[in-house]
Amino acid sequence: MPSHTTEFLISLYRTMIRIRCCEESLVEPILSGDIRTPCHLYSGEEAIAAGICASLKKEDQVFGTHRSHGHFLAKGGGMKAMVSEIYGRETGCSMGRGGSMHLIDPAIGMLGAAPIVAGTIALAMGAALANSIRQDGNVAVSFFGDGATGEGVLYECMNFAALKRLPMIFVCENNFYSTHMPIRECRVEEHIYTIGKPFCVESLQVDGNDVLAVYEAGKKAIERCRKGDGPAFIECLTYRFRGHVGPDDNIHGNHTDIRPEEEIECWLKKDPIARFEEYLLANKAADSICLNSIREEAEAEAAEANRFALNSAYPEPERMQDFIFAQ
Amino acid sequence: MRKLTYSLAINEALHQSMAEDSTVFLIGQGVKSPWYIGNTAQHLLERFGKSRVIDTPVSENGITGAAVGAAIAGMKPVVVHPRMDFMIYAFDPIINEAANWFYMNGGRASVPVVIWGIINRGGEQAAQHSQALHAMFAHVPGLKVVMPATPYDAKGLMMAAIKDPNPVVYIDERWLHHLEGDVPEEPYTVELGKGIVRKTGNDVTIIGISYMAKEALNAAQELEKEGIDAEVIDVRSIKPLDSELILGSVRKTGRAVVADVGWRFCGISAEIAALVYEHDFECLKAPIKRVTLPDCPAPASKFLEKAYYHSSLDIVKAAREVITHSPQRS
Repeated sequence: MPSHTTEFLISLYRTMIRIRCCEESLVEPILSGDIRTPCHLYSGEEAIAAGICASLKKEDQVFGTHRSHGHFLAKGGGMKAMVSEIYGRETGCSMGRGGSMHLIDPAIGMLGAAPIVAGTIALAMGAALANSIRQDGNVAVSFFGDGATGEGVLYECMNFAALKRLPMIFVCENNFYSTHMPIRECRVEEHIYTIGKPFCVESLQVDGNDVLAVYEAGKKAIERCRKGDGPAFIECLTYRFRGHVGPDDNIHGNHTDIRPEEEIECWLKKDPIARFEEYLLANKAADSICLNSIREEAEAEAAEANRFALNSAYPEPERMQDFIFAQ
Repeated sequence: MRKLTYSLAINEALHQSMAEDSTVFLIGQGVKSPWYIGNTAQHLLERFGKSRVIDTPVSENGITGAAVGAAIAGMKPVVVHPRMDFMIYAFDPIINEAANWFYMNGGRASVPVVIWGIINRGGEQAAQHSQALHAMFAHVPGLKVVMPATPYDAKGLMMAAIKDPNPVVYIDERWLHHLEGDVPEEPYTVELGKGIVRKTGNDVTIIGISYMAKEALNAAQELEKEGIDAEVIDVRSIKPLDSELILGSVRKTGRAVVADVGWRFCGISAEIAALVYEHDFECLKAPIKRVTLPDCPAPASKFLEKAYYHSSLDIVKAAREVITHSPQRS
């Protein structure tokens, strides 16, 4: 295990805990109906966004999916702007026109997210193509789920990205479920990362609940891209702690999917945040007082973001047709 | 003025746009193959290099998505579909992503991409090599759709489409590629959203789209011999549509024929007819006539093709019918 500075380790931890606290702060408002937009919570998958984005510069681009709260925050997006968007407010990052599934902040390289499965992979490839034409050394990252492996455009993109040696990282967040459907019922080959190999895309699988493993894999792939060595495919094995959409925990709630209780129990024990806390404590990078205070800060930030959103105005109906065309 | 063919006018627009703006690039299947796109891209590769003139595998969804993504990331791509039938593979990036992006992101990122599709009618190419799909794209909020009918507009609309900050579907027509006309040598744009009166007249307004705008002019000449003074409008911009120009003309003539290169049902001809009925019903002296493709896939056999594709003769016939419909000719 290469050594990292305490500062770096703490920053990884802070990113993960900020995502977790923000996600969990949305549960009550979703249940109460204050939040209506479909929220696909990222709890349990934080190590992936945190680990990959830790190697990205502000100018590097990220495209996300329906489940992109974590990508937005890890790339540097503001929590208030995101939570306000989720509450459908004018102060939201998309002015209340996009909701939870359309998070953007071009200033920090979060170029957007969208719920058409695999629909943003080609967009990320386009950003990589732009980087390649401009020769600016920037890298584009496409986050997508295991379900996206059923869409043909992914294969078109792996081929073209490899053909043109584009600076692009395909990050497959394999949480083993394509909405309600176990991924093993969707495909024969269980090791998703192998799909990159026939296209000569550097392909590997990592433990997506181990933030340092994700970081190392991402860093290496991103460095390759910056050198012009072409794209990489990183499959991150993970698990979402809640249902496909909403706060559903699949045990009670209204069951957006039904997963075996023992499977959920098993993955809860692999909580990426708890695991990283153990690592930090064991390696004396932080003590529990320090970790608690970071967690409390994150909880306070999430609470403040919710308050800010609730106190923000809704977009005016008279302005509904703003933004159809750019002037 | 200097004469140029329609296809070389497109070529000149690409040359001048790429020369004046280093973020403009051309991508798509066949950009280095005259078999695919005629001479519209000639000498671009030699002049601008393969990083900005990118021939691609047949991967319409991925490549169009890449053009859209590059636009979001600050470039001005032109993505070409040598047969627009294949653009159907790219409905997702065009409609779900490009058309919606600016709106659903609250105006934070625009998508300055040109999606260029070529209609290839006739030639016994049958149903999957000849479709005119402009109405489908025009249906979608957030997309602009243009269809030049002259060499002048082929260049000016392409240059305007490239400069526009929004996704523009630029649709040209292979049957017009050899048409020659006046084209200024210097760069210029034709404003998106503006139609044009090609011939003034008082008896009937003929509203033509793409190739049918050319046929409308031929029809007007024929009608003149019969003493019918037709006004001819070339729509040029399907969306935004120049409603004022169309309504103003029909208010004057009281009669309209709409001639489209597409199908009838839910087609642009229906949209234009509805526009007139909604706004200026009282000024109509006769019901509007539409000259469109029948609601039938394109057939292969040339005898069927002859029946399928309309020409100036059908426009003449429709114009006579709207003229004779009213009891007294005004």
